[in-house]
Amino acid sequence: MNMNKYHFESPEIPHIDKVGVEERVARLNSRSIKKDSKLSALKLALSMIDLTTLEGKDTPGKVKQLCTKAIHLHDALLHLPSVAAVCVYPRMVRYAKDFLQGTNIHIASVATYFPSGMNSLQSRLEEIRFAIDEGADEVDMVISRGKFLQGEYQTIFDEVSEAKHVCGDVHLKVILETGELRTLQNVRIASDLAMSAGADFIKTSTGKVQPAATQPVTLVMLEAIRNYYRKTGRRVGMKPAGGISDAKTAIRYLVMVRETLGPDWLIPGLFRFGASSLANDLLQQIVKQLTGVYQSPDYFSKD
Amino acid sequence: MNQIPHPTSDFITGTYAPAPESTSHVKIQPYYRLFINGKDVDAAEGTRFKTINPATETVIAEVASAGETDVDSAVQAARTAYDKTWFRMSGRERGKYIYRIARLIQERSREFAIVESMNGGKPIRESRDVDTPLAAAHFFYYAGWADKLEYVFPSRDARSLGVAGQIIPWNFPLLMAAWKIAPALAAGNTVVLKPAETTPLTAMLLAEVIRDADLPPGVVNIINGGPATGAALVNHPDVNKIAFTGSTDVGKIIQRSLAGTPKKCTLELGGKAAHIVFEDASLEEAVEGIVNGIFFNQGHVCCAGSRLFVQEGVADTVIGMLKNRMDTLIVGDPLDKNTDIGAINSQPQLDKITKMVNRGVDEGGTLYQCNNQLPGKGYWYNPTLITGVAQSSYVVQEEIFGPVLAIQTFRTVDEVIEKANNTRYGLSGGVWTDNGAKIFHVTRRIRAGVLWANSYNKFDPASPFGGYKESGFGREGGVHGLYPYLEVV
Repeated sequence: MNMNKYHFESPEIPHIDKVGVEERVARLNSRSIKKDSKLSALKLALSMIDLTTLEGKDTPGKVKQLCTKAIHLHDALLHLPSVAAVCVYPRMVRYAKDFLQGTNIHIASVATYFPSGMNSLQSRLEEIRFAIDEGADEVDMVISRGKFLQGEYQTIFDEVSEAKHVCGDVHLKVILETGELRTLQNVRIASDLAMSAGADFIKTSTGKVQPAATQPVTLVMLEAIRNYYRKTGRRVGMKPAGGISDAKTAIRYLVMVRETLGPDWLIPGLFRFGASSLANDLLQQIVKQLTGVYQSPDYFSKD
Repeated sequence: MNQIPHPTSDFITGTYAPAPESTSHVKIQPYYRLFINGKDVDAAEGTRFKTINPATETVIAEVASAGETDVDSAVQAARTAYDKTWFRMSGRERGKYIYRIARLIQERSREFAIVESMNGGKPIRESRDVDTPLAAAHFFYYAGWADKLEYVFPSRDARSLGVAGQIIPWNFPLLMAAWKIAPALAAGNTVVLKPAETTPLTAMLLAEVIRDADLPPGVVNIINGGPATGAALVNHPDVNKIAFTGSTDVGKIIQRSLAGTPKKCTLELGGKAAHIVFEDASLEEAVEGIVNGIFFNQGHVCCAGSRLFVQEGVADTVIGMLKNRMDTLIVGDPLDKNTDIGAINSQPQLDKITKMVNRGVDEGGTLYQCNNQLPGKGYWYNPTLITGVAQSSYVVQEEIFGPVLAIQTFRTVDEVIEKANNTRYGLSGGVWTDNGAKIFHVTRRIRAGVLWANSYNKFDPASPFGGYKESGFGREGGVHGLYPYLEVV
């Protein structure tokens, strides 16, 4: 399929030393982010959140709660950034669109038979079309992990490249579901495949499989992005998702990005957190930084 | 599409806000005496010298300087303690004291780390995470051997030597004191230790620990001073063994002085380690290993991976990645928790590094240096790469003992083995490849005491450490480290 500028190349088999990756992560985690650096990192993390609800029991009412939270993160504080996006299932996109009208908050939708991806490519692409028609600004797709583990790399390339074709200008985030890929080497191969097929973002996980985002996996993906940027000059974004629920962990991820890809990547256009409960911990820490005391969790709305 | 507002933030554009380790609970005395026979005593001639913080050039304490008379009384104290107490004590009892020292170091670890960084210039991240825990680990390890010596050399008799004179360097002051004192005590010897002239303070804290551990007076004596003090200790007729870690030049002087005497001797001297990266290595991790290999402790490491060999197929990639990684290194206040590279230990060492690098450039080497803004006061040197050099180059042959890496490329396995061995040193080396067979093929052919595969600068008290050729002889650490402190009959 030669529908765009991206061509399949059999991926290089990377050499990755797990012990070395974990040591690098440990060293990055020893960075001590305090005072002004901490406050600005907390605000930055807030601006990078994809506030997410992806459940079978989601209703327009639940989506409305989420959107309201996105707009009114913590009105007691002035000059807070808003979150980057709200992330929902395709059927919920139209409601989110409605509730978020007039704001800068994006609507991201998962598609391609999230979270398993187990359907025909045609149906999966159809779901992307539906999400975009409903008003999604960003699409989070899943790759076929079974096919990947069978070594059918061309299939993965093709599904991403066709998804990107359907997306056009709509941002495509490609979920690798790294918890199912198991090895860091596979994570690197899948990252390279997704980027070479046109992904705008690569994303760790759906949040439905454990382990979800981990720091070693994220570091390997950031290194893949760096390598791809050096080769092609194209900046691909990164989205760890699942399990990042406190400010301290979020800051550690930001340190990894800063020291692996540099400050250019520290924008919501190139880095996101897929998370639902992270926002309130960030807010609580921001208040602590500003006032010196922790407030009770009851002062922060839970939607 | 909507534009997401771009927040401005110093986290993005600026440096990390200062995160200094608090020094509030550390009390450095204005003056430290000699620790002889369990007591603090002034030097007989009343001489003192000042010790500074190399990051600020301020004087942080004065230290008594031991003359010949003081060395003599320290050796006498050690002899008396050996004859009257330590020699007679059971291994199990000796072990108790050594365990106690280990626990007290752990209890005061923050204090040790801070003082080490203030007096030596090393980043707190290292003094806190490496030097201090490893020093405690060495005491714990050798404490365990104290009552098991008869099992170390089965069917033979292992006897202590007597008084050990120990001279240590300024790059790992506390850790080297631990490497020296722990096996000596476990083997049943008593000790006179002379710390380096520029870094006396953690040894003085260790003297406090030793007193608090209630060690019998004279079992460990710590005397500060310069080369004359060291010479007096080496030449003292009642010393049974000399253990020295330091420069090859001084090692040679010591060996000459000991020739013809019955004193036993171990020397751990300089190095110019080959750090080899094959094209089938995990390159991201190898780059991290190169950084740890040469920039750990400002490169003031005898086993530093100071000669990098990169296989030609990946040379440009690796050097490019290395430069990028170096740009994220933070040089500055040793007490800041985010500092990667601290202060150079002394003005003479800074002058030496500068002079050697200049000569490398004069000979045609190309420099790449980090561009960290260096503090106005103190001794600093930005991490440096030198490319375009060869085996014949000065900076490839000579130990620089600073954050300076000389890079060469190679084509074949045989070629790199030959080059790795083509040095007068043989302390350490490193190999990066994902091919297990190649690891064994290469490391078995490199004549160096310590070789790391897919890692670098890993230390463990159970692992022997020491050199070939001009890197010295004898081993410290592990069972091997007991041997130099025993007469096995």
